[in-house]
Amino acid sequence: MKINKIIISFISAAVILLSTSVVSFAKVVGDKIVLGAAISLTGKYSSNGVHTQNGYNMAVDRINSMGGVKVGGKTYKFDIIYYDDESNPKRAAQLAERLISQDGVEFMLGPYSSGLTKAIAPVTEKYGVPMVEANGASRSLFTKGYKYLFAVLAPANLYLDVAIDLAVEKNNGKPVTVAMAFEQDAFSQDVRLGVLDAIKRTGSKKVIDDKLPKELNDMAATLVKVKQMKPDVLVVSGHTKGALTAIRQISEMKVDVPMLAMTHCDAAKLSKQHGKNSQYALCASQWHKTLTYKDNFFKDGMTYDADFTKEFGYAPPYQAAESSAALLVFKDAFERANSFDQKKVRDALAATNMQTFYGNIKFAEGGQNVDKPMVLFQVMCDDGGKCENKVVAPTKWASAKLIHPIPSWSQR
Amino acid sequence: MDFMVFQYPMISVQACLDGILLGILFALIAYGMALQWGVMNIINIAQGDLVILGGYIAYFMYLYGIHPAWGVIVSPIIMFFVGIAIYKLVINKVVDRDLFISILATFGISILFMQLMNFAFGADVVLANSDYGTTMLFNNNVVLPNSKIFSAFISILFAICLVIYMKKSKLGRAIRATAQNARAAKILGVDTEKVYAATFGINAALCGVAGALISITFTIHPYMGLPYTIRSFMIVIVAGLGNLPGVAMSGMGLGVFEEFADYILGTEFRIGSVFLLLVLILVYRRFKLSRKREYLK
Repeated sequence: MKINKIIISFISAAVILLSTSVVSFAKVVGDKIVLGAAISLTGKYSSNGVHTQNGYNMAVDRINSMGGVKVGGKTYKFDIIYYDDESNPKRAAQLAERLISQDGVEFMLGPYSSGLTKAIAPVTEKYGVPMVEANGASRSLFTKGYKYLFAVLAPANLYLDVAIDLAVEKNNGKPVTVAMAFEQDAFSQDVRLGVLDAIKRTGSKKVIDDKLPKELNDMAATLVKVKQMKPDVLVVSGHTKGALTAIRQISEMKVDVPMLAMTHCDAAKLSKQHGKNSQYALCASQWHKTLTYKDNFFKDGMTYDADFTKEFGYAPPYQAAESSAALLVFKDAFERANSFDQKKVRDALAATNMQTFYGNIKFAEGGQNVDKPMVLFQVMCDDGGKCENKVVAPTKWASAKLIHPIPSWSQR
Repeated sequence: MDFMVFQYPMISVQACLDGILLGILFALIAYGMALQWGVMNIINIAQGDLVILGGYIAYFMYLYGIHPAWGVIVSPIIMFFVGIAIYKLVINKVVDRDLFISILATFGISILFMQLMNFAFGADVVLANSDYGTTMLFNNNVVLPNSKIFSAFISILFAICLVIYMKKSKLGRAIRATAQNARAAKILGVDTEKVYAATFGINAALCGVAGALISITFTIHPYMGLPYTIRSFMIVIVAGLGNLPGVAMSGMGLGVFEEFADYILGTEFRIGSVFLLLVLILVYRRFKLSRKREYLK
């Protein structure tokens, strides 16, 4: 009798254990592939967090309505579980744990920003969960030997080195002098390293190398130095506040510099906030709607731009475009792997070689996309004060000719 | 370390002028803090957040096509009532309590304001363009954006008005009396409750003016308040309470100090140097006090 009882309770315990474990491994429920994402819907990254989420949602709807994902002869649809990470790295890491160990998600999409991706990557790596991210560009993400991290965007060190090459080219191949002002955060410092590499490669010289604080809203001191040293190029990277502060103070202090290269002009809505004062600024961008990459889902950049604007009521910044591309990569990898085995999907992701409307995607050993160059656009305004961003480099994608040097303030 | 500032004398002139103009603006915020600290014995950690909220008012006027300079008038009016509301809801419950309680309460208000502003206005960095142009001095070697000059001018104007108001008006006298001895003032018929509310409102209004000026000269962002709180705290510590010329002087001193720290140590140490200075001053004060105490023994 007693032994029977023990056996029964043992079996029921095992059954309970098994049933819970089945529930917690429910990455594919019915015909749904459930992806997890922690995104900054509140906190300081909330505007770009929302762009990211809109990009993801747009791609999910599009892929689902165009036939979904075919694995093992069956059609599946994408679904995403979102959590708000409050722009806080610690919270993001907790949410990644929760998505994986409680919600049973087996595939992840990235958060917004390098800092948060850095917080999540160790968690996804620990559980062997493949993560395709679209908004973490910091170089340090790709040097840690992560096996399950894939980024559809070009790494941060490639953001502005094109600008140095361009300046050298405009200087008839001769080295140039460079003034640099970078915020002290992981991303901007990586951009700086890339610029330093380019300076070394071209034999150029850095004359100013300022680091801007996080609470930055005044860079007058840097600009006074620029006026004194008269460099050939001024490079600024400090997220949206860096871009806005730079343009405001450059125009107010009438700083003349032949080339001004920046990041985050798009996100800062530079030409909207500063109008003609932002003219001639060169901006690094992951994507621009006029690029002629194509795919079957969004057709091309112009169509994506129009569809996105129709759905969300504003033109897509590159943060949205790259987020949409992440879903295309997942779909492609699932179909090639023809399985939901994490290891197989991971290997399929590593072998990705495709074109999307956002650009070519092919991952290097470290997980960064090596097949998509950055583009530089220049803010150009007509006499009526209407400003537009036009791609000027690399030459292959250029839709307008670079205006160089920038006319001095006295002539504007 | 970079000593460029000493190699080119014009850069020193520029740094001094920039620092003074900036310092006058800081002094305005600090004066509000000193006023309320003196009267109510409350250190308002949310000071910087009130400044940023004032900035958003000017920004929204700018968005709707009104010149942001009008924010200098509209923003303090709205902020005055915001200040009174905060007093009625929270501050009046902590005003007689321990200093620590009020610091905690205003710290809470600060966090709440940051999140509410982020929720209401978004996390984007914004600014209001005044299109005031630039003044060039010394053969174009020194440039001063007119927006900075405008800010300094308006700050001085408001400070003067406030001093006159405090000296001449009935409420001003009541405020000063309460600052000297709240109990005695109460016995002599001053409605201290009303005085406290008015003081907090005036402080918020000053923050509103400063915020509008900051949105014209720099940029604003929901999370940018704390550096302004720290700066005004520091100015008040140096100048003491109820000492307007002292506040103005130490404000300008801090502005110039920041600019030079920026040139010499690098922009990355700009805010850091303010904190360092704060620590040094506190240590120095303590040192001086302890010597006095020994002498008394």
